[in-house]
Amino acid sequence: MTDLIADRWILDRPNSYIGRSVPRPNAPRLAEGRGTFVDDVPLGPRAGHVAFVRSPHAHARMRSIDTEAARASPGVIAVLTGRDLAAIHDPWIGVLTHLEGLKSAPQYALPLDTATWQGEAVAAVVADSRARAEDAAELVAIVWEVLPAVTDPASALDPDTPVIHESLGDNLAWRRNVDFGDIEAAYAEADHVIEETFVFARHTGVCVEPRAILADWNPAEEQLTVWHNTQCPHMIQNILATHYRLDEHRVRVIAGDVGGSFGIKVHTYADEIATVGLSILLKRPVKFVADRMESFVTDIHARAQTVKGRIAVRNDGTILGFEIDALSGIGPYSMYPRTSGIEANQIVNLMGGPYEFDHYRAQATVVFQNKNMMCQYRAVGHPVKCAVTEGLVDAAARATGLDPAELRQRNLRADDSYPCRSVQGLPFENLSHEESLAKLLEAMDYEALKDERDALREEGVYRGIGLASFIEVTNPSAMFYGVGGARISAQDGATMRLDARGNVFVATGATEQGQGMEAVISQVAATAVGVPPERLKIVTGDTEHTPYGGGTWASRAAGIGGEAVARAGRALREQILRAAATMLQEDAANLDIRNGVVVEAQTGAERIGLDEIGRICYYRPDTLPDGFQSELVATRHYVPRKYPFAFTNGVQASYLEVDVETGFITLLDHWCIEDCGTVINPLLVDEQIRGGIVQGLGGALFEECVYDRDGQMLNATMADYLVPMAAELPDMQCGHVESPTAESDLGAKGAGEAGTCGAPAAVMNALNDALAPLGASRLTDMPFTPRKVLRALGRI
Amino acid sequence: MKPAPFAYVRAATLDDALRTLEEHGDGARVLAGGQSLMATLNMRLSAPEVLVDIGRVDGLAGIEDTGDTLRIGAMTRHVEVETSELVAEHAPLVASAMPHIAHPAIRNAGTFGGSIAFADPAAELPACAVALGARMTIAGKAGSRTVEADAFFRGLYETAIAPREILTAVEVPKIAPGWKSGLMELARRHGDYAIIGLAAHVEVEGGRFGGGRLVFFGAGDHPVAAAQTAALLEGETWSDRLADRLAASLKEELDPFEDLNADAAMRRHLAGVLVKRTLGPLAAA
Repeated sequence: MTDLIADRWILDRPNSYIGRSVPRPNAPRLAEGRGTFVDDVPLGPRAGHVAFVRSPHAHARMRSIDTEAARASPGVIAVLTGRDLAAIHDPWIGVLTHLEGLKSAPQYALPLDTATWQGEAVAAVVADSRARAEDAAELVAIVWEVLPAVTDPASALDPDTPVIHESLGDNLAWRRNVDFGDIEAAYAEADHVIEETFVFARHTGVCVEPRAILADWNPAEEQLTVWHNTQCPHMIQNILATHYRLDEHRVRVIAGDVGGSFGIKVHTYADEIATVGLSILLKRPVKFVADRMESFVTDIHARAQTVKGRIAVRNDGTILGFEIDALSGIGPYSMYPRTSGIEANQIVNLMGGPYEFDHYRAQATVVFQNKNMMCQYRAVGHPVKCAVTEGLVDAAARATGLDPAELRQRNLRADDSYPCRSVQGLPFENLSHEESLAKLLEAMDYEALKDERDALREEGVYRGIGLASFIEVTNPSAMFYGVGGARISAQDGATMRLDARGNVFVATGATEQGQGMEAVISQVAATAVGVPPERLKIVTGDTEHTPYGGGTWASRAAGIGGEAVARAGRALREQILRAAATMLQEDAANLDIRNGVVVEAQTGAERIGLDEIGRICYYRPDTLPDGFQSELVATRHYVPRKYPFAFTNGVQASYLEVDVETGFITLLDHWCIEDCGTVINPLLVDEQIRGGIVQGLGGALFEECVYDRDGQMLNATMADYLVPMAAELPDMQCGHVESPTAESDLGAKGAGEAGTCGAPAAVMNALNDALAPLGASRLTDMPFTPRKVLRALGRI
Repeated sequence: MKPAPFAYVRAATLDDALRTLEEHGDGARVLAGGQSLMATLNMRLSAPEVLVDIGRVDGLAGIEDTGDTLRIGAMTRHVEVETSELVAEHAPLVASAMPHIAHPAIRNAGTFGGSIAFADPAAELPACAVALGARMTIAGKAGSRTVEADAFFRGLYETAIAPREILTAVEVPKIAPGWKSGLMELARRHGDYAIIGLAAHVEVEGGRFGGGRLVFFGAGDHPVAAAQTAALLEGETWSDRLADRLAASLKEELDPFEDLNADAAMRRHLAGVLVKRTLGPLAAA
């Protein structure tokens, strides 16, 4: 590993906006209802609205489809099936070459003959309104041959279990085994080897704005324009071009305002691909907006894992090793193009992350199921590996009689040990586990809180404290997906331009999902050039107008997209100063731009405004010396090269109370100290942490996609699927340690997922701490419902 | 999630509404606050031919003191009941139920009568109506009739309101001296339908219970009055032993359903907890 030395020029700029909670430039527009989400895009009279006929069965063959009555229904433009669409597109297979052995079956926009999960779109009705399309969809008559559904991961590989895709031979999607050090030797040396099984329920990211796409194929121009609330416009451009056999310049993807994504909108959904095909076949705009029930049965699910874990520990608290055996059932296909193997891969790669130990063995098994597909959702794999690690660490504390905080202090990677590698071989550049834990214990007043907990137990009030240290993958390089053959860009670009009145136009490949990306981009751009944010115009989410980029995923937009903006802004400043130097007959090195004015760098004395530079360069270039040509546009790209990921770290704590008669859990307080490197916007970082914690708490206490044995999802409504609501949530107190990455000038690592990573583990440990004096069986099966708590207590 | 096609009639008067119902027969549904009906329409769980909107019918909303009772018009919005001084004074059980009914946005639109007429087995107001012995006024072609709460709730979403009839008001007897009431429920999230809840209305004098009613919601296909258990209260003062006897009795008396949140055993167990937590403070107060 090379030691990096960063040039922190951007943090030393005068009039810096880095580290300030500047308001979001897009907030007034959204607050006034002037956002343009896909459903707000004006439609011409020829537009069609699609309603999909969805499979009522988890696994069933279509013997016949009778579309005659639907075609005759009022307002219907067309009724099309999988075979109609298959004529114009190529199927996809969700595999990556670096996940060796991962297999999946070809997936079509609509299946040719067999539905493999309940809710899968099997036919499309296009009409002049969504309501009329739904009326007609009820008239599509399908004769189904119901096939046995594979719904239990534990028996998916049994010889007598039906195989979902015969061409694959079995229901095994992927298996990965790793073995580092000598775990058997660790067991022999350990004073305690503790085994526990952890269960994580299927859940999903519930976006305020559901998935939506409006496709418009213009045959005259051979141009496909797609308004799509995707996180990754360039990735979708590539996918649509590839699978509809178009050149990429024939495809334009526009992602305007997006109402939340959380990783849900980073995938290839068959019904969206079908919508594009409908537009091509019908030569008219076609719109699909998923309704809430469609969202629950088709938006990717995540997390479902059963993990048997072991920890080997000495009496003095030294952790010697971990072992896990993880099983997950992903759905009938591996999702495209990111695959459904990554969650298991992350768990294997990141187990034990915060700690120093030498021995590790892991097996992850991923099997196909006749349920909705699983794939990447905020903090992919992290809540699982964190809860298994931290649950086992707490088990080690109980076995050794050490305080959970002390056991962590004894085993956390030392803050002065970087750079170094994890037992799995992943390089860590600079983390701050020890400082973060110290800061957390101080913030929560750990000792006083323990005293309070103990005193209340005497009164029959059962409260618990839970800790969870974590690492988090952010700023991914091409090692995440690109190396496996996926056309997913790890690099990002920014183009900045000085306009004729001295304002600055910024186009970035990073995308706005409602998380405040535009604010962060504006801060970096304003600082890099030297203008106030109100002089910026920011454009995101349009493949025709932004540099090629990856968009928003894996906590990359600020760290990678922001760095590209920093570099483009610096380049533009230098180009502006060359023009200014020419005008002023001054050495450019003596000049700077501050607050939109070119000044003497030493004294700050104002020399010439950017508006004047714009005027001269664009309207009176004749007054400039011969041979000088101003260049007032700069484009820069950036991708991390030295480290595959900029790991972040942190630690969370939960304080909760259990009503032992009802099994209800009240979250009293929650803390998170995290280290995302340079904090560009403290308010937005804290909001990301809090929002992430909320989704983690959801998985811990509320959220579960409940399926019955036949593969029917039983709670696909907002009344039955319990998202966490404000009334049930605790105060969340955030704090930061800043260890900037030296790989970029900005030094920012990602902040979007750390909250989700650690929250379930902290709650699980707090819950078991609360119940410890009552002799309850340990709870490791999320979500922790009142029923499970009462059962653990033996009350029912 | 668009409703199947339906016709919409905005009734100007009660007669107008009743006439429209007569005209369309079983294909017509009354639209009040719409907080339950709209969702079922959008999910196509319900597809009436015509919706008869009674939102503009004069005289259906409002809370009136009639002497011995409060007359709560069917179209009275939850928010009006929640903030009513009359209700707070004379029907504290109803007042204490209001904050549990969903969320403010829903309480602004949803109606008192709509909740009673819809008769969700886990809803608070039907249980309150049974606990308090409310009387429902139902209008039809032949005029108005009154039905006691006990006879009104007949089964899952099933009431004494016949097709072509409209619930117009609920008469809630004022609380009598020496009576106390309390409502408690257990819901996964605030505002959700309860896993189980209890509307208790009991006579307590000097710490000693007289008669009363313990009505559970979320415990059966309609509000369940646990008469056998309530009878155990008579003449008793509060004690842990009494709480245990009540809980044991409820385990025999209640026959609740199973859903995603709880099985029957858990509901029976929670019923005992609710009785203890509701009646203990009433006895002490």
